[in-house]
Amino acid sequence: MVDTTLTSLGLVEARDALDKKEISAVELTDAYITAMEKGRGLNTYITETTDLAREGAKRADENLAKGEGKPLEGLPLGIKDLYCTEGVLTTAASHILDGYKPHYESTVSANLWRDGAVMLGKLNLDEFAMGSSNETSFYGTAINPWRRNGDDTPLVAGGSSGGSSAAVAAGLCAAATGTDTGGSIRQPAALTGIVGMKPSYGRCSRWGIVAFASSLDQAGPMTRSVADAALMLRSMAGHDPMDSTSVDIEVPDYTAEVGGSVKGLRVGIPKEYRVDGMPAEVDALWQQGIDWLKDAGAEIVEISLPHTQYALPAYYIVAPAEASSNLARYDGVRYGLREDGKDLIEMYQNTRAAGFGDEVKRRVLIGTYVLSAGYYDAYYRKAQQVRTLIGQDFDTAFESVDTILAPTTPTGAFGVGEKADDPVSMYLNDVFTVPANLAGLPAISVPAGLDSQGLPLGLQLIGKHFDEATLFRAASAIESAAGFTAKPTVWWEG
Amino acid sequence: MTEKLESTAKGTIIEGMTGPWELIIGLEVHAQVNSNSKLFSGAATDFGSDPNTQVSLVDAALPGMLPVINEYCVEQAVRTGLGLKAQINKESVFARKNYFYADLPQGYQISQFDKPIVGRGQVIVDLKNGTRRIVGIERLHLEQDAGKSMHDQHPSLTYVDLNRSGVALMEIVSDPDIRSAEEAAAYVEKLRTILVYLGTCDGVMARGSMRADVNVSVRRPGEELGTRAEIKNVNSLRFMRQAIEFEAQRQIDILEDGGSIVQETRLFDASKGETRSMRSKENAHDYRYFPDPDLPPLILDDGMIERIKATLPELPDEKKARFENDYGLSAYDAGVLVADQETAAYYENVASASDPKLAANWIITELFGRLNKSEKTITDSPISAANLGKLVGLIKDNTISGRIAKDVFEIMFNEGGDPEQIVEDKGLKQVTDTGEIEGFADQVIADNPEKVAEYKGGKDKLLGWFVGQLMKASRGKANPQMANELLKKKLDEL
Amino acid sequence: MSVDKETVRNIARLARIRVDEDALEPLAKELSTILTFVEQLDAVNTDGVEPQAGGRTMALQQRADEVTAGGYPEKVTGNAPKSEHNFFAVPKVVE
Ligand SMILES: [Mg+2]
Ligand SMILES: [Zn+2]
Repeated sequence: MVDTTLTSLGLVEARDALDKKEISAVELTDAYITAMEKGRGLNTYITETTDLAREGAKRADENLAKGEGKPLEGLPLGIKDLYCTEGVLTTAASHILDGYKPHYESTVSANLWRDGAVMLGKLNLDEFAMGSSNETSFYGTAINPWRRNGDDTPLVAGGSSGGSSAAVAAGLCAAATGTDTGGSIRQPAALTGIVGMKPSYGRCSRWGIVAFASSLDQAGPMTRSVADAALMLRSMAGHDPMDSTSVDIEVPDYTAEVGGSVKGLRVGIPKEYRVDGMPAEVDALWQQGIDWLKDAGAEIVEISLPHTQYALPAYYIVAPAEASSNLARYDGVRYGLREDGKDLIEMYQNTRAAGFGDEVKRRVLIGTYVLSAGYYDAYYRKAQQVRTLIGQDFDTAFESVDTILAPTTPTGAFGVGEKADDPVSMYLNDVFTVPANLAGLPAISVPAGLDSQGLPLGLQLIGKHFDEATLFRAASAIESAAGFTAKPTVWWEG
Repeated sequence: MTEKLESTAKGTIIEGMTGPWELIIGLEVHAQVNSNSKLFSGAATDFGSDPNTQVSLVDAALPGMLPVINEYCVEQAVRTGLGLKAQINKESVFARKNYFYADLPQGYQISQFDKPIVGRGQVIVDLKNGTRRIVGIERLHLEQDAGKSMHDQHPSLTYVDLNRSGVALMEIVSDPDIRSAEEAAAYVEKLRTILVYLGTCDGVMARGSMRADVNVSVRRPGEELGTRAEIKNVNSLRFMRQAIEFEAQRQIDILEDGGSIVQETRLFDASKGETRSMRSKENAHDYRYFPDPDLPPLILDDGMIERIKATLPELPDEKKARFENDYGLSAYDAGVLVADQETAAYYENVASASDPKLAANWIITELFGRLNKSEKTITDSPISAANLGKLVGLIKDNTISGRIAKDVFEIMFNEGGDPEQIVEDKGLKQVTDTGEIEGFADQVIADNPEKVAEYKGGKDKLLGWFVGQLMKASRGKANPQMANELLKKKLDEL
Repeated sequence: MSVDKETVRNIARLARIRVDEDALEPLAKELSTILTFVEQLDAVNTDGVEPQAGGRTMALQQRADEVTAGGYPEKVTGNAPKSEHNFFAVPKVVE
């Protein structure tokens, strides 16, 4: 039996109970280990590290007993399997990284362990984080714990951090790390009814995280509450001299923002986000969010982000271009899979053909094409120029507002396989999330309601560069107004 | 100085079967930066270490690894740019050059493409015939070296060592201003001298610290540039001359047969003394350069550039001009003495203690000859500059004759010691006392009546013989000029 | 723009991914769909707009010239599918 009194605790609640000695870290971790076993049908973990977890919990109890508990002492976390973890299989959900055990620990996960957190295991994702449904994983699709009313069709948990979102929503870890290149934290968070925060580009170190698109990738927390996200980001964030794009500025105490007043906060509503074919209930939820913030004293301002519709096409040039280069290192020479060939070139070709899945190949080929001689200016350079314009749109908007409110996704969770055959319709999932990545801005998704089929929907707040603090304040206002307490019915423990 | 400084080349004309051809050469020299650690990682750069011992996780391109630039390498590139009288670009950008090769672990080389750190500059090349030519420098950029593949260690495998992978190189690209193999060698020699003066590269070609890619084409004099072939990685001046000569003849033969030159990369095979095509059908290169998203633009401030400027040494061209002006040396002698800083400093020490021209002669003829014979360099010369200065001083003030000086020099070289002391101890002081020399003269005349008769009979040339006899009698100590004068007087008076 | 089989063959070779002959055509269709989608950008006037390269402007941080890594060839080659005497080993390359 899973002790749900333990696994239903969020980070802040659990930390509080640990401090008060109401529970022990070992109890807490054991409850999650049981939940993980029972929840294997959700396919959220690629690797379970239960021995490490128990050791970590024991150490945490010792520290807590000495009164030396650190900010995340004894809190059991799942780590997206894109983060390199020392001595623990790291796959990026790709066949090409078969058997890869790094001799190093990513900076962000190391920060979490420094602050006392306990690792439960490595979570499933789309292969190399390329996808919006977790269906491109070599290890199979992570399943959303939520189901449509009266329907047991398996639904996707979003992507690429689908293992993370499903595990957090199903109580298979207290919180998880994600990475967000075009929405990979916020979209799965929205589809599973949890909180997902993509910090400003440069806020968290990328060192030791398998690169997808270097100018867009950001690590962030996926949690059950805004307060948990604030607590976790504080530990994850910070300057790292080993990442040249990491920013050397102070990390504020985000938890102090949670519950803070939004009186007088200027909230922008971008008219271009009212896209054709958006379901009425998504639109209605957006209006609801506007009303909640207005009621809490915020000022609502209509804004324009004129290049919004070009964000997705720009993204699908920039991200594959960078990926085509970042993934060149997977060549069968130094680690991972090797498929022999009669010579070196054949060895490369065979290894990469066998090691990469279809979506990864598609993106590597598109990326190779848009960078190739004669096409660079028409595609890559053009996309980077559009990126400048998108950034300028936000700069202009932030002259008159403090944050921007929009839906996180155009729809709720969809069925496994429903969009798998049509890459472009899959790409449209990210239409609201991609602009923040292109502009390097922080953004958070908060669960705000259920759609007519009983599936969670999220609202997204986008902030100014390095102003995560305002996002936590505004997000917690939505969180408390929404009072989103729905939980998926437990069907997977059979 | 009055020598010619030519910027428009009058090339060497090669007479073909169908008329004259002009040879056009441009060089891309790769010079290894004299740094302790690599361009983007903290691994060492020593030569000849055990395989893969100087490889960091970044150099091996493990997943999630990121580059961080070495500030010293940036400074050395700027320093070199200043030494080449070049424009320093305050904003430069690192770009990825994408291609697959076993010794290129990232699948791309981090280099600079459209925004290099150093722009246009020049090198003045001294030619054997006394003329000097300006060779334009198009650019200098920083980039990573590749690893090393060894094809001869195993029957069916190539071994890869990444010790060199990531070592900082400065690629210095010349304009196609070079017109002969001789000039190409002189250019590289001069470039090497400048780099060594600056201390930015050790210039040891035998260790691969400097390598050249040679672009060769031919044309009818005065016509448009022809299609060029690039000969890769030529690592000695001798090979460079051979490669150019072979390649020029190959191209002329093709053109005279009515064929055309293919733009391609060629390899110099030293054992056969020929170049051959590296055409492998699969290797149609398309490098897909794009700005490296892991590295923001490199911004230099004026203060930094000024600071480096203030520490520049006197460069060979300036030093040579000063030697000619201040010491009255010939262009040739000055050129020889400034070829390296140690020789130049040694020379100045000797010159300041004695006579500048005499000092130059003694160093270039006696000291260099003796050092060569015993395979020593100026830095381990057994004769210190101070002592050589004293020796030249003894000649200058007639304390000893040049003849005796050679003996003293030999003693100093073999046994060391102060020349004044040696002259004193061995009683080698020149005899300038007229009475004493007259004594020797009288004796020589008395001992050789037949010769005296011959002399008196009109054989004036015998005077030299008499002087030789006198010198012998005085054991070389008599002042030769005085001996000459006194003998002539006495013989004529007989 | 739509890409043809030959183009797919070429970019697959550049990307060192083996694509079987019968997969070229379907792949060409998929890639063409994506390219058509991204070509919406043609409608944007970008005259005089500087391209934004990285994740937004920041100064490049630099490190001191110190040896801080290396000396662990086993670690470097430890994950390699094939290594000998601390070298990585690949099928013989004939130059
Ligand atoms: Mg080159
Ligand atoms: Zn180069």
